[in-house]
Amino acid sequence: MKLFKGQGTADLGKPWRYEEDGLTVTRGCAWSPPGCHPVGCGIKTYVNAEGELVKVEGDENHPVTGGRLCVRCLTMRDYVYNPDRVLYPMKRAREDRGKNKWERITWEEAFDTIAEKVAYYKENYGAESILMQGGTGREGGPMLPAYAQAALGTPNASQPLSGYSCYIPRVAGTTYVMGVAYPEMDYAGGLPGRYDDPMFKLPELIVFWGKDPLPTNGDGLFGHSAIDMMRRGSKLMVIDPRVTWASTRADYHLRLRPGTDTALAMAMLDVIISEDLYDHEFVEKWCYGFEQLAERVATMPVEKAADICGVEADLIREAARAYAAAKPAQIAWGLAIDMKSNGTQAGHSILALEAITGNVDVPGGQLVGDVNDGLELGFGWKELGVELQNKILGLKEYPAMVSFVLNAHCDMVLDALETGEPYAFKMAGFEDCNGLAGTDCAQPARWHKAYQNLEWCFGIDVWLTPTIQACCELFLPLSSTIEHDTVVYSHYGASPITMGVANKSITVGEGKGDCEIMYEIGRRCMPINFGRFANFYEFLEEYRLNGKTTFEALREEVVHQKTETLSYYKYKSGKLRPDGQPGFNTPTGRVELYSTMFRQFGEDPLPYYEEPQYSPASTPELMEEYPMVLTTGARTYCYFHSEGKQIPYLREINPDPIVEVNPQDAQRYGIANGQWVRLTNQFGSCVLKAKVTQQVYPGLVAAQHGFWFPEADSEEPVLYDIWRSNINNLMPHFHVGKLGFGAPYKCLICKIEPIADNFDTDMAEVWRRWGNPAVRK
Amino acid sequence: MTAYGLLIDYEYCSGCQSCEVACKEEHKIPVGQWGIRILDDGPWECTDGKFNWNKIPTPTRLCDLCAERTAKGKQPSCVHHCLTGCMQYGTVEELAKELEEKPNQVLFVPKPYQY
Ligand code: SF4
Ligand code: SF4
Ligand code: SF4
Repeated sequence: MKLFKGQGTADLGKPWRYEEDGLTVTRGCAWSPPGCHPVGCGIKTYVNAEGELVKVEGDENHPVTGGRLCVRCLTMRDYVYNPDRVLYPMKRAREDRGKNKWERITWEEAFDTIAEKVAYYKENYGAESILMQGGTGREGGPMLPAYAQAALGTPNASQPLSGYSCYIPRVAGTTYVMGVAYPEMDYAGGLPGRYDDPMFKLPELIVFWGKDPLPTNGDGLFGHSAIDMMRRGSKLMVIDPRVTWASTRADYHLRLRPGTDTALAMAMLDVIISEDLYDHEFVEKWCYGFEQLAERVATMPVEKAADICGVEADLIREAARAYAAAKPAQIAWGLAIDMKSNGTQAGHSILALEAITGNVDVPGGQLVGDVNDGLELGFGWKELGVELQNKILGLKEYPAMVSFVLNAHCDMVLDALETGEPYAFKMAGFEDCNGLAGTDCAQPARWHKAYQNLEWCFGIDVWLTPTIQACCELFLPLSSTIEHDTVVYSHYGASPITMGVANKSITVGEGKGDCEIMYEIGRRCMPINFGRFANFYEFLEEYRLNGKTTFEALREEVVHQKTETLSYYKYKSGKLRPDGQPGFNTPTGRVELYSTMFRQFGEDPLPYYEEPQYSPASTPELMEEYPMVLTTGARTYCYFHSEGKQIPYLREINPDPIVEVNPQDAQRYGIANGQWVRLTNQFGSCVLKAKVTQQVYPGLVAAQHGFWFPEADSEEPVLYDIWRSNINNLMPHFHVGKLGFGAPYKCLICKIEPIADNFDTDMAEVWRRWGNPAVRK
Repeated sequence: MTAYGLLIDYEYCSGCQSCEVACKEEHKIPVGQWGIRILDDGPWECTDGKFNWNKIPTPTRLCDLCAERTAKGKQPSCVHHCLTGCMQYGTVEELAKELEEKPNQVLFVPKPYQY
């Protein structure tokens, strides 16, 4: 069975390791680093007798990817042998922060130092004075609470992203409203016959809502599956302010103003309900609060939404009808839902759309996980004890977020770092987190200063990132996905798709994987959680595999489709509830169109529209000074957030940080294509390179995030030039929603002015520094 | 002699650039040079409000159709890794048939040339 006509076949059926032309070939599934979400694309490494990686190739045996690889894994060789990689643990003195005064040490010394510091701060200031900062996507991302709670013994894990506005708001909302972790679009990833499997039904309509999954593979969704399905006949709808390549292959493209998704979704619900296009049986049997929802969405007639969103009323109507008529239809909803202060409402409305059209838990609709297949959450939480649990920052203020994700509230962390209230943080760890480099931290200069109040910090990464260079006393080197053994579970285990192994096939320096590093720290600091494991593999098997299989068994298989836990209509069979009763795992046992949980948390139980805090509608008085709507953070194929700038073939694709400007605006403000411009708003400014393009409509600019310049001076105050093009300079602190979720990263305002300077990247310099020596000669 | 080519279904080329990078890695091509390159036309708005945007991967004078790989029965590196699976390698005769079956495709028959 081929997924596409050009699929490779030469290595079909090969074992996990074999010899070819004097090279050892190892099959595996990639996770991170290089940074990625847990897609687990099949990858083969070719290693010579000296143990050197000669090349990589996509593994055609992989049931989802079939040999395809994106540019980030294709450049693996340039990544693992990059001269800028840090290959050994290092330390430096507190007074040398920001300076290249690092000294190589052993892992023993590194781990022992962490254990000593943890003991010291617990003893003198309480465990809550230790903060763990984590990043996204990479293997360490979902491990953040465990790093803090299980391994260090502090309740305070936190991603420094305002309002934790990435994935978590969607997951939490779904858990409250639908009682499942995350309804992913169903692309038959767990079915042996894939799109032709008898259990599967090809979707008639795929909707990309606030998500461009082709470049991003967000949350582990292999985005190009949508293309596979479109070639088999599925139609596409794109809801996105920008023209993306995918939108030009869509039958419907709704270019809404950023941050107005709730208004659009409510109007679509109103059309579907008032025109009686909903699934009566599903609504009657499995939904709660339909009448109240109908009443609420009637307050958002299409004309009103058209006004708010800037989308033609007829197009909204047609889109709603097309979505309701398609059987099945599926929605891939994305980050744009989270990056708005009350994005929870948009999420609730989208879940309601999926439910009332009967697309939940049906083949080709929204795929949801079996309740018995969930991964163990809260590793080490119980062992903290009630007193420490209650000290997690933000538990009282934002229980819907903090008690759900077991993360301290991000914005409150900055306040605590600055003020020492309600208590002072003394020590921190940074794992897979380059928050200062325009990725997470809103107002990064404030965070940078606040981090200096910490007495002692350690960082875990492949690179000496600006965040670690600015803040840490100890550096632990991370190994790449082909240098360590681990398990990758697509969609963080939330959807029944695949489980795969990342196989160690080379050794470069002394880097270790996230799971092993956490295990080694945990063993020393929290034997109560780690003492029962004789070694790292035992830990991995319990933590990632739930003890259901062994690593060696999975290794033989390389990638396992979770067919045994994949079923549909689980709300009828009782597989969505721990008590085995039919229905959904919510207080009412139904999909809560009227959310009793939201009500309990003091939030409106029904979706409602709220303008972005700064927008043409909510702050008309500011529009003269800041006439442009600003959206940020759209990802490209070549970078994973701040990662990849040292890889020449990736940098070549996107050498400079781009802001997209419509030709009309370029005319108005005197901006030439390729000219550097300054973006400024009430909160800060930065310089970017203008791309004059119709991808954005007049009045909208779209800016890239996550840029730092590893070729620049790494020492303070230059710090790899992280301030110059840092779009998060323009992001306000603590503009979160009522439940604590969401922040306006994608819906702000600004002005744009051309500047005379030219900061173009010198690609010759990039090539000189980081090009493959065998090619560079 | 049988001629071989690359058939590209540009209706589906998403511009992921895997072909460009796979080729550079395979053939050790420095930055600033390519064995295949995406020519990017768009997006520009048509009178009906729809946008035209085509990405056309175009083999350069450095493309040898992955002679070494294909001799071993492998697909060319670009074809193997293409994220949308919109590329095919084969004889011109086979590919010409495919051209007839589906519109919006383009057939390249590259051969490194010297002048
Ligand atoms: S999506 Fe992730 S795992 Fe897949 S090829 Fe790209 S970087 Fe590698
Ligand atoms: S066939 Fe080979 S040489 Fe030609 S473009 Fe593709 S990868 Fe490059
Ligand atoms: S790899 Fe395929 S989809 Fe990607 S740019 Fe090349 S031809 Fe287009």
